[in-house]
Amino acid sequence: MGSPSRLEGAGRLLDAAAAGTPASGAFHHGGAISLRRLAKNWKGVAGGAILGLVVVVIVGAPLWWPEDPLKVTLRDTLMPPLSQGAAGYHLLGTDPLGRDLLARVISGGRVSLLIGFLAVAVSAPLGLVAGVVSGFFGGRLDSILMRVVDTQAAIPFILLAVAFVAVLGPSARNVVIVLGIAGWITFGRVARAEALVLRECEYVEAARALGASAARIIAVHLLPGAVSSAIVIGTFSVGQMIVLESTLSFFGLGVQPPTASWGNIMSAGRPYLDTAPWITTFPGVALLVTVLGVNLVGEWLGGASSPHAR
Amino acid sequence: MLQFLLARTVQIPIVLLGVSVLVFGMLHLSGDPVHYMLGSDATADQIHQLRAEFGLDRPLYTQFAQFLGQLASGNFGISIRFRQPALGLVLDRLPATLTLTLAAMAIAVMTAIPLGVLAAVRRGTAYDHALMASTLVSQSMPSFWLGIMLILVFPVKLGVLYTGGWSGFRDWGHLVLPSLTLASFISARLIRLVRSSVTETLRQEYMRTAEAKGLAGHRAVLKHGLRNALIPITTLVGMDLGLLLGGATVTETIFAYPGMGQLVLQSVIARDYPIVQATVLVVAALYSAVTLMVDATYVVLDPRVRRG
Repeated sequence: MGSPSRLEGAGRLLDAAAAGTPASGAFHHGGAISLRRLAKNWKGVAGGAILGLVVVVIVGAPLWWPEDPLKVTLRDTLMPPLSQGAAGYHLLGTDPLGRDLLARVISGGRVSLLIGFLAVAVSAPLGLVAGVVSGFFGGRLDSILMRVVDTQAAIPFILLAVAFVAVLGPSARNVVIVLGIAGWITFGRVARAEALVLRECEYVEAARALGASAARIIAVHLLPGAVSSAIVIGTFSVGQMIVLESTLSFFGLGVQPPTASWGNIMSAGRPYLDTAPWITTFPGVALLVTVLGVNLVGEWLGGASSPHAR
Repeated sequence: MLQFLLARTVQIPIVLLGVSVLVFGMLHLSGDPVHYMLGSDATADQIHQLRAEFGLDRPLYTQFAQFLGQLASGNFGISIRFRQPALGLVLDRLPATLTLTLAAMAIAVMTAIPLGVLAAVRRGTAYDHALMASTLVSQSMPSFWLGIMLILVFPVKLGVLYTGGWSGFRDWGHLVLPSLTLASFISARLIRLVRSSVTETLRQEYMRTAEAKGLAGHRAVLKHGLRNALIPITTLVGMDLGLLLGGATVTETIFAYPGMGQLVLQSVIARDYPIVQATVLVVAALYSAVTLMVDATYVVLDPRVRRG
């Protein structure tokens, strides 16, 4: 389970690993830039452009949209987009408390993106190390870890996250912990598969024959091999985590108001769907565009390593 | 083959045991479960009473053994909010959730197979590119947002269908928007998989043989191509059932659809852990059963498994 295309991406990587092709093919381009290459890499270009724009808009916000996302103006509640309120011009309108929606979407985006990246920063190393160690040593350790993976996989991601938040309590920090723990298994499975392949490679056997310790083989030979697949999975994961964070926050289980996150802005707008649909629409569009950018980059990274995609 | 299925069956209790450890451990992760269940404004008397009621004053391993014993006898705890057995409350909601899940699955499969096969056959055409682009977009939006947008367009603006609720099996109209929303959760991935696995089988030698034998193009695709592509597709459909049961949590809440998912989200907010626990266990059991069924279908679809 996981992000829709993540499994497919992982599968492709496994194929690539089995065929002995470097999974990091995307990074080894030489020669002049040609239109043809650009066309072939349109996903990377488009995804990169979208993400670049999102980052510029969000990070550069103080320069071009200095509105305060927390400033309540009760005379300006629920104003439609493109309206002039008592407290300023509102490009995307205002929310039920008269706060500027664009300012909230921007600051919510900062929170959502940060949580997305942090969640992957927790789950990826966890899964990588567990998977590689499990694949390298095999035996009882491996079967125990794989049972843990099976167990966790039997509970749908969102249900697991909801159950965790139920106990830990809703907060931005807990969302990162919960998503990090819930997300490690995909990395674990792929890293284990990579380790199983690499373990049999000649250079690993040579290292072993030279007396390298298990820790050294894992750290120097196996982990770097698994990292390139983890980058592809990690990219899709960031998108998936952003979606999950917004889902948790939408249901009041994530980032707590008044701090904005795309999920809780949409939640606040839901009772006004009839009269002020922009409050739920715009944060959703921002999220869609961002995650689309992330997924395009992921497809490009994953596709470059697959012979089928060429 | 029997051995293979038997080995898979034996794994189910192991997974369920793991899930029980997880739900038990999770509750104790919070520190004192009593504080979690009663909230911060509980009196000392209430805390004392609940602690005795749940046996929380005993050592952890005794508690776990007791917990497992209760699970084995079908006692999943008493809902704090409803003061009724949690398992019964969850199972009461199961038919609604299963109806929604199966409807979504049917929509997803029935759209993904024709669309994906066509894309595989017409690889590289404008149709293929448009379909792939739309799957990428639909994979990039949260399903709760899609649900809200559907509510905004259909019931709110156009005045057709329902914003939510359920009237049993008398009126299927209530099922349309929730099942579409839930289907979108998996259909994009399914379309891509159908496309890639049919493409893969079309490259195989036996497809050329079938063509050489004079089997017309579309018949060869349907008879050989699709049948062999069905193995990965079945796997994904089985795995996606778990995803759908999870996604139902979100969809049901958006559409006020009285299923298990809606119950579990409300229970999280109401700090009703026995319900959360029962739901997790029921879903894990369902998911394991489906995984076993998927394994059994391999035997039907792929003779190599039968021998192996």
